[in-house]
Amino acid sequence: MRIGYYPGCSLQGSGREYSESLLAVAEKCGIVLEEINDWNCCGASAAHSLNHDLSVALPARTLALAEKQGLQQILVPCAACFSRLATAQQELVSSEEMKSKIADYLEMPVQGSARILTVFEFLQEHIFPVADQYIVNKLNHKTACYYGCLLSRPKDLTRLERPEDPMEMEAVMEKAGATPIDWAFKTECCGAGLSVSRTDIVAKLSAKIVEDAVSRGAESIVVACPMCQMNLDIRRKEINKQMDKGSDIPVMFVTQALGLSMGISADKLGLNRHFVSTGKVVSCVGRKEV
Amino acid sequence: MDSTAMHSGPLSLKQKVEQAVGAEVQTCYQCGKCTAGCPLNEEMDLMPNQILRMLQAEYPGYENEILSSTSIWLCLACDTCYSRCPQEVKLPQVMDFLRQESIRRNLVNPKTKNILKFHKAFLAEVERNGKLNELGLTIDYKLHSLNLFQDLQNAPSMLFKGKLGLIPHKVQNPSEIKKLFKKITF
Amino acid sequence: MARIGVFICHCGENISATVDVEKVARLAGKLSGVAYSVDYKYMCSDPGQTLIVDAIKEHKLTGIVVGACSPRMHEGTFRKAAEKAGINPYFCEMANIREHCSWVHPKSDETTQKALDIVRTMVEKVKNDTALYPIKVPITKTALVIGGGIAGIQAALDIANAGHQVIMVEKTPSIGGHMSQLSETFPTLDCSQCILTPRMVEVAQHPNITLHTFAEVENVTGFIGNFDVNIRLKAKSVDFSKCTGCGSCWQKCPSKKIPDEFNAGMSFRTAIYTPFPQAVPNKPVIDRANCTWFTKCGKCGICAKICPTGAIDYTIQDEIINVKVGAIVTATGFDIKHSDFFPEYGYGKHPDIIDGLQFERLASASGPTGGEIRRPSDGKVPETVVFLACAGSRDKAKGIEYCSKICCMYTAKHAMLYKHKNHHGKAHVFYMDIRSAGKSYEEFVRRAIEEDDVNYIRGRVSKIYEKNGKLMVVGVDTLLNAKPVTIEADMVVLATAVVANEDAESVAQKLHISYDKHKFFAEAHPKLKPVETNTAGITLAGACQSAKDIPETVAQASAAAAKTIILFSGSELTREPVVATVNRSAAPVFTTCTGCFLCQEVCPYQAIEREEIRDRAGNLLMNAAKVNAGLCQGCGTCVAMCRNKSIDLQGFSNQQMLSEVMGLLNKPFE
Repeated sequence: MRIGYYPGCSLQGSGREYSESLLAVAEKCGIVLEEINDWNCCGASAAHSLNHDLSVALPARTLALAEKQGLQQILVPCAACFSRLATAQQELVSSEEMKSKIADYLEMPVQGSARILTVFEFLQEHIFPVADQYIVNKLNHKTACYYGCLLSRPKDLTRLERPEDPMEMEAVMEKAGATPIDWAFKTECCGAGLSVSRTDIVAKLSAKIVEDAVSRGAESIVVACPMCQMNLDIRRKEINKQMDKGSDIPVMFVTQALGLSMGISADKLGLNRHFVSTGKVVSCVGRKEV
Repeated sequence: MDSTAMHSGPLSLKQKVEQAVGAEVQTCYQCGKCTAGCPLNEEMDLMPNQILRMLQAEYPGYENEILSSTSIWLCLACDTCYSRCPQEVKLPQVMDFLRQESIRRNLVNPKTKNILKFHKAFLAEVERNGKLNELGLTIDYKLHSLNLFQDLQNAPSMLFKGKLGLIPHKVQNPSEIKKLFKKITF
Repeated sequence: MARIGVFICHCGENISATVDVEKVARLAGKLSGVAYSVDYKYMCSDPGQTLIVDAIKEHKLTGIVVGACSPRMHEGTFRKAAEKAGINPYFCEMANIREHCSWVHPKSDETTQKALDIVRTMVEKVKNDTALYPIKVPITKTALVIGGGIAGIQAALDIANAGHQVIMVEKTPSIGGHMSQLSETFPTLDCSQCILTPRMVEVAQHPNITLHTFAEVENVTGFIGNFDVNIRLKAKSVDFSKCTGCGSCWQKCPSKKIPDEFNAGMSFRTAIYTPFPQAVPNKPVIDRANCTWFTKCGKCGICAKICPTGAIDYTIQDEIINVKVGAIVTATGFDIKHSDFFPEYGYGKHPDIIDGLQFERLASASGPTGGEIRRPSDGKVPETVVFLACAGSRDKAKGIEYCSKICCMYTAKHAMLYKHKNHHGKAHVFYMDIRSAGKSYEEFVRRAIEEDDVNYIRGRVSKIYEKNGKLMVVGVDTLLNAKPVTIEADMVVLATAVVANEDAESVAQKLHISYDKHKFFAEAHPKLKPVETNTAGITLAGACQSAKDIPETVAQASAAAAKTIILFSGSELTREPVVATVNRSAAPVFTTCTGCFLCQEVCPYQAIEREEIRDRAGNLLMNAAKVNAGLCQGCGTCVAMCRNKSIDLQGFSNQQMLSEVMGLLNKPFE
């Protein structure tokens, strides 16, 4: 079955490592991801804050294009993009009025029929069945799996089994030979889109997350959202100012972690692009079991 | 419940919210769970449950207070409130509507004008190219917010690490997107 | 030849304000078959009824139509009057010209015409009425009480003390129910077991009560006054006739790690066990699912060896006994949600977040900590305890939109008990409202706040997580400008929602009683019939109907007992003859019923039986449908289903209905 791919603007820009590592893992496992032709920006927080119809129309255009391309399922790794596309789909499917209004705007038919996969569903359904033969390294360290907001809420869209204490990312990290820890800030907000306009808020919120993970012995934080990664990584200086004792705990994408365990080079996975060095994690690979 | 029966004149803010969003403001029984779990509860001027109560009560002057609060712009749409609300009040969507209404009535709080500017710069970039380019967005935002020196130390690293693309990504036909924006009136 | 009397009531002004009652009476007098017609201000009053009785006698009336209110109001009144005057009461019909006419239309000629039409319709019906006689049904004067908690105990004692036999069935090894798990009860802080155990003993010793513990109702058939019940006596593995309750067996049982239900999972029990020291009966049973002898094919057997009287018998099987009872009291109680019901409070993974019953066990002198409030995780005494009211209740998102009624009170009680045992501890209660409407209840809650220094915070808790050995309770104080409040607690007690038992639905199905979407059993009328069900002969008592506290439970149990005693007070049961009948005639036809039994399939009251039609030699000719007049409620569903009209409804027969319709259509005065 063909799998459509919607990287979204972030994965082409500041979140490049997510896309690079995801494609590297898929390539390793022989899974082909078909990028949706001519996709556009999903609108993120700006669209839904300023104009409701626009917030549906922008993702709907991408959904329409995917349908035109004959794609029945599409992978949307970015948490915000996933949320916007899935929400738009829900609106289209639950109201004929909305569907025809949007189709008018777009001058394109749109059904909202494709199945939109979260990165966890993609990994679970397509990578897990074949992963074991490719895993050559154990990551050998304690990791805190951080989901953030849009991968866990609203719960009927994100489909996690335990929305307040999810284990889907933990399952991936266990496969990669890491030891996920139990911690309290898995689904707390990092500050999201206020990264530029209110960096002070991001620093406060992200500091709480880093502090909790570090205090419970985590040696890395693993994420699946480019916004979270940016806040926890690029804003580390500001975060450290909010903490009693600063931390240099690295923040990786879950696909980077999985890629490392599959023996893909740190370079290819974009691990050298982080603001907070990932060197310690890379060197954990192959060391004695923790 | 026919709340229009109580008003002979124009719709109240509560009625507009209910019509636009379908969120039943009346079902909120002020348990405060939303405020308790809100990550921004230390920054906001009006707490989420207070905004709902103010919508319900319809005292004179409250509409302006709500629409000129910092709360509605600080709200991150993280959905924590909705995921825990026992009455399933769609508070994130109420916030979206209040943001749009505050623009319509020109009541955006000066302390949060930068957030609005960021959103506008974001959408301007999307309108221009169909995709977001962080360099374009950053320049646009800084020009509007006059926050010229923030992030300056990060810029060289971002460029060096290849995270700040110099060449903008575009859709094949950017005019298609411009047309779409035009149709959907602001 | 019919001689029908028509009596039109003014009903004060209720009818006469919009209907020209004199005209209706005058014109009705001209209808064929009507011998007398009159109007009067209040027909249901004493003089009104005298008017009717005298008219019947004087004019030799064969039937009457009273044009007045709904038959639900005064049909009985007027039928008694008719009987007093010497005619069969079922020749009296009411023409509803109030609820169906004067109350719903403005004053006009059409309204008056409609009233006349209605009267004419009922006159036609009376012409087709037949004499009917009440049905007498025998009564078995034994009651079955299902459930041995305080509700069942109270009902059983009341019925037994009235001189009737009672059979009580309790599914756990001891009676007592949840009340036996409580430490102290509000608002007096009486020791729960101290007030309960005398009643339990009374039940066990009462000559009129037969107690079956570790037993369940298997099925119920029959009808009011005549129920047929099979009870499964589950295999106890202990012969109670030999057992002395010495306790040697459970002291030596090697299977010691079974979660103790009585202590709400906070301690362990053995496989052979009595649930608590004051259990009634105080003899153990074996939990076969966790007993080594049963799970590992005969290994162990220590209890049998140790028992001084040889009472252990592993070969005992379940036994089904059959009893005949006349009434059933359902007192099956309730359950509560537990901490795993709350994702935002950790999905139950924190041992120091407990529910109300678990707190009761901690506070109980007979509990796992001897009455000291200690953390389940490390046994330390908590210095800060946070109580969450409304945990799960009043929560549409969690599917429990109702209020569980008892939590405000027991939360105040818990906070007080904690403070009484730990003067320097800090108790906080997060609440939404305080519901303390009972007698002395408000004063009780004020005592917690004013005398015992419990801190009440109005707001709900969004999340609880563990940090550095403390439970971080993230809430809000909505009375202080919605101030976010986080309390570092050592223990959290959730006042969780009261819910129906897991097997409530299957119990209701066995008894054929209704229940709501939350599986609470349905009362017959929310205001005026709180203990009866829609199934005649079955009453409800206690929390199986809805969440309630002990005084209400006891009151309701006594009410259910009263209904039962009323039922048993006559020598036989008299029922209205408005029932269905399947025609019967002489040989060789016997009946037009073809034995398809569609009627049996659709009857909501299981009132249709199969009757064997035999010839003189005794050969079976066919099975025909027969209505059990004791069960039939006269709904008429069978009549609608019968394909060849072999079944008909007395008092509302096909002929009578047809004549009403024809009477309505044929308007003689237009």
